[in-house]
Amino acid sequence: MQLTGAQALIKSLEMEQVEVIFGLPGGAILPVYDPLLDSTIRHILVRHEQGAGHAAEGYAHVTGRPGVAMVTSGPAATNIVTALADAYMDSIPLVVITGQVGTTLIGTDAFQEADTTGITMSVTKHNWLVTDASQIPTVVREAFHVATTGRPGPVLIDLPKDVSNQLMEWYWPESVDLPGYKPTLKGHPKMIQEAAKLISKALRPVLYVGGGVLRADATKELLTLAEHCGIPVVTTLMARGAFPDDNPLCLGMPGMHGNYTAVTSMQKSDLLITLGARFDDRVTGNVAGFAPYAKVIHVDIDPAELGKIRNPDVPIVGDLKLVIPELTKEIKKLKVDIKAQLEPWIAELATWREKFPLTYQQDPSGRPLKPQYVIERLRQMAPPDTIVVSGVGQHQMWASQFWKFNHPNTWVNSGGLGTMGFAVPAALGAKVGRPDKVVWAIDGDGCFQMTAQELVTATAERIPIKVAILNNAYLGMVRQWQEMFYDQRYSEVYLSPDLPDYVKWAEAMGCVGIRVDSADEVQVAIEKANSINDRPVVIDFRTDTWEKVFPMVPAGKTNDEIVIGPQEMEKK
Amino acid sequence: MTFSGSVVPMGGNGANGAAKHHVLSVLVENKSGVLARIAQLFSRRGYNIYSLSVAPTEDDRFSRVTIVVDVESAPLEQITKQLHKLINVLKISEINASQAVEYELLLGSISTSSESRSEIIELVRIFDGKIVDVGFDKLTVMLAGSPKTLDDFEALLAVYPIVEIQRTGRVALQKLDRSAPTRARSKSGKAS
Ligand SMILES: Cc1ncc(C[n+]2csc(CCOP(=O)(O)OP(=O)(O)O)c2C)c(N)n1
Ligand SMILES: [Mg+2]
Repeated sequence: MQLTGAQALIKSLEMEQVEVIFGLPGGAILPVYDPLLDSTIRHILVRHEQGAGHAAEGYAHVTGRPGVAMVTSGPAATNIVTALADAYMDSIPLVVITGQVGTTLIGTDAFQEADTTGITMSVTKHNWLVTDASQIPTVVREAFHVATTGRPGPVLIDLPKDVSNQLMEWYWPESVDLPGYKPTLKGHPKMIQEAAKLISKALRPVLYVGGGVLRADATKELLTLAEHCGIPVVTTLMARGAFPDDNPLCLGMPGMHGNYTAVTSMQKSDLLITLGARFDDRVTGNVAGFAPYAKVIHVDIDPAELGKIRNPDVPIVGDLKLVIPELTKEIKKLKVDIKAQLEPWIAELATWREKFPLTYQQDPSGRPLKPQYVIERLRQMAPPDTIVVSGVGQHQMWASQFWKFNHPNTWVNSGGLGTMGFAVPAALGAKVGRPDKVVWAIDGDGCFQMTAQELVTATAERIPIKVAILNNAYLGMVRQWQEMFYDQRYSEVYLSPDLPDYVKWAEAMGCVGIRVDSADEVQVAIEKANSINDRPVVIDFRTDTWEKVFPMVPAGKTNDEIVIGPQEMEKK
Repeated sequence: MTFSGSVVPMGGNGANGAAKHHVLSVLVENKSGVLARIAQLFSRRGYNIYSLSVAPTEDDRFSRVTIVVDVESAPLEQITKQLHKLINVLKISEINASQAVEYELLLGSISTSSESRSEIIELVRIFDGKIVDVGFDKLTVMLAGSPKTLDDFEALLAVYPIVEIQRTGRVALQKLDRSAPTRARSKSGKAS
C-alpha cells in the first residue's frame, strides 16, 4: 500500500493508539493536517503552541499515556520549547511533531526555518529529523518507545514538508531496534537485600518519595511497603498523591515550603529510602547540611540520578514497580518487627505534627480573603478524586500544602522547571484525558495572564475546566522574596487586582466569570462553579496581597534553619 | 556521523595535565547529529572536553569517539552515566593509559634557515617522524606517537620559528590480553 509521508504519520499515530493531538497547523505541517481530517484521532486546536505542549503534559500526567502535540516549523517549534523543557524536567512522556522546511531548503535560512532538532536537543530525551518518508513508521515507533519506557520524557519528530508529500510503501515495524537504549528494569538482588538489611536496622527511617513512583505506576506497591514496615513517607512536590495524605504515615511535602515535620523528619533521619526522587535543591536546601545523619538507599530507573547529588549507600537501578515489591519481600524474609522498632520515632513525629501544623488565620470579618481558606473550601466542596492543576508561585505552594491528595495522578504541576502559565493549558489536557473527573486549576494572577487564551480552546472544544485565580495583584512569590530578603524593596512585582478585569475576560472567552472579594462569598461562588458543567468557569478570588508562604527554608540555608511562620520571621 | 575529525586545544601541551584527564572511548551509532549530541551534553552539563577525535570504525554503522575529559569539571562517573543516556551511544569504555595503546598525530610547519634545516631533519629522524612537505624556507614534519612523545617533540621544536602546529587529539584502544587462554576450567564454578 502506497501512502504519502503525511498519511503514514497519521496511520502510525493510530497504530500507537493516539486518541488526541493538541496542535495548531501552519505551512510546513500542512500536508499532515489533510489526512488528519479522515482520522479517528481527535485534534484540539490550541491558541498558542506552548498551550499544545502543556495540554499534552496535563493529558500525560493524569492518564500515564504519552501526550501528543503537533505544530508547524520555525516559530511554532520554538513556541513549544518551554513545554518540552518542562516535560523533560518532570519526566513526562510527550511526543511532539514539528513541521520542517523541505529537505532541500534546510540550512538556507528558508522561510520559517529553525534548527528544531538542534534547539530541542537538550530538552528532549531524543529527537529525530526524518529525511525519507520510509523512515516514518520506524521513527514513530521508536519515539513512543523512548518517550514511555525507562525514565519517561519528551521526544520530538521533525518532519520536513517534502518528506510528508513523498510516497512510501506502508509497513509497521514489528519491534524497536535501538541498540544503544536498554533501560535496566530489574533491581540488583544483592543491592535489594542490602537495602532490606538497612531498613530492618533503621530507627528513624523515612520513605523519600518522588514523582518517579507515579511515573512507574507503583503507588500500590509503595503503600504495601510503607504499611508493612510502618515507615513514614514524605511526598515531594512531584509526588503529591503518590501516597495518600490521609494515611497516618504520610508526613506531606518536604522542601523549601514543606511542613516542619516532613522537613525535619529527613534532617533527623538515619535512613532515607529514596524512591524515584532526585535530591532537588528545593528539597535538600543547602546540600552539605541535608539529612546529615542519614544513610541513603536510592532507587531510580535513571542510573545517572544515583550519586548525582548525594552518594547513596545502596544504589539500585530499576523500575520501582518491580523493585518495591522485591524490597518488601526481602524485608519480610528478615522477620524483624520493624513496626515495634519504630514506635519511638513515630511518636516523636506525632509530637512535631501536633506542635507545628500548617496554619493560617482567616479573619472572621471575611477580609482580607486568605488564599489558604479558598483552597480549603475548594477541597471540601470537591469530589475526593478531583484533579488539581496549578501554576507556579505562592498559590502552587498553598495548593500543594492545603489540598489533601489521596489518589495518584490527581496533582498536576510544573515542578522542575517552574513554568508560569502551566495551569490553564495543562488543566485542559487533564480534562481531555479524564473527562469523568472534576478538574480545578488553581492559578495565580500572573500565571493566568501568560496562557489564559487556552480558555478559548476549552470553550470551543467544550472542555469544562474550572479555574480559581488566587488574585493577590502581585507576582506574589517574587514579592515575598523581595519582602523577606531585599528589605521590602518591591521591584516590578505589582500587577493590579483589576487590570485586567478577569470576569470580563473570562466571559469574553466564553467562560462563566465570578468574582469573590470576601470569605463569605466563597461558598456560593464555588457552589455555582460546581454546578456548571457545560463550559469553563473562572473565579477571580481577590486574596490577601500580603500573605506569605510558610514554612520556608531560605535559599542557601540548611533545612535545620526552617522558618515556621511570620512571627518567627519578625523575631529574626 | 557525517563528520570525521578532531578537536584539540590550541597549542595544547598535554604533558602536565595527564593526571587530570581521563580517556573515554565511546562507540556510537554512525548517524547524523551524534557528535552534536555529545558536544552539547558536555557543554550543557558543564563538563570540559580536553580533546576529542572521531571517525567511523571498521563497521561503518558505528563510529568511535575518543574523548579526553577534564575530570576536574565533574566526576567521571556522572559524565559516563549522562553519556550513556544518549540513545545513539552504545558503549563507553574508560581507557586507563597504562592499559591502553594511545596514539596521536602531529603536523608542524617550521621556518628553516640553512643551519636549522639539518638540525630539524635530524630531530625528526630521532623521533621516527617524517618530513611530509618541503618549501623554499619551510618544512612540514609529521609525527605519530604517544601524546607524551608528541609533547617532548613539540617542546624540542619550540626553539625553531614555528609557523603552525596541529595535533589530532588522541585515539586509543585497550591493550590486548597476552595471557594464553586457560583451557580446563571447572564447569561447576558458575560465573556470575
Ligand atoms: C515563565 C516564568 N517566568 C518567571 C518566573 C518567576 N516567577 C516565579 S513565581 C512568580 C510569580 C507568579 O505570580 P502569580 O502567578 O501571580 O502567583 P503568586 O506567586 O502571586 O501566587 C514568578 C514571576 C517563572 N517561574 N516562570
Ligand atoms: Mg499573584
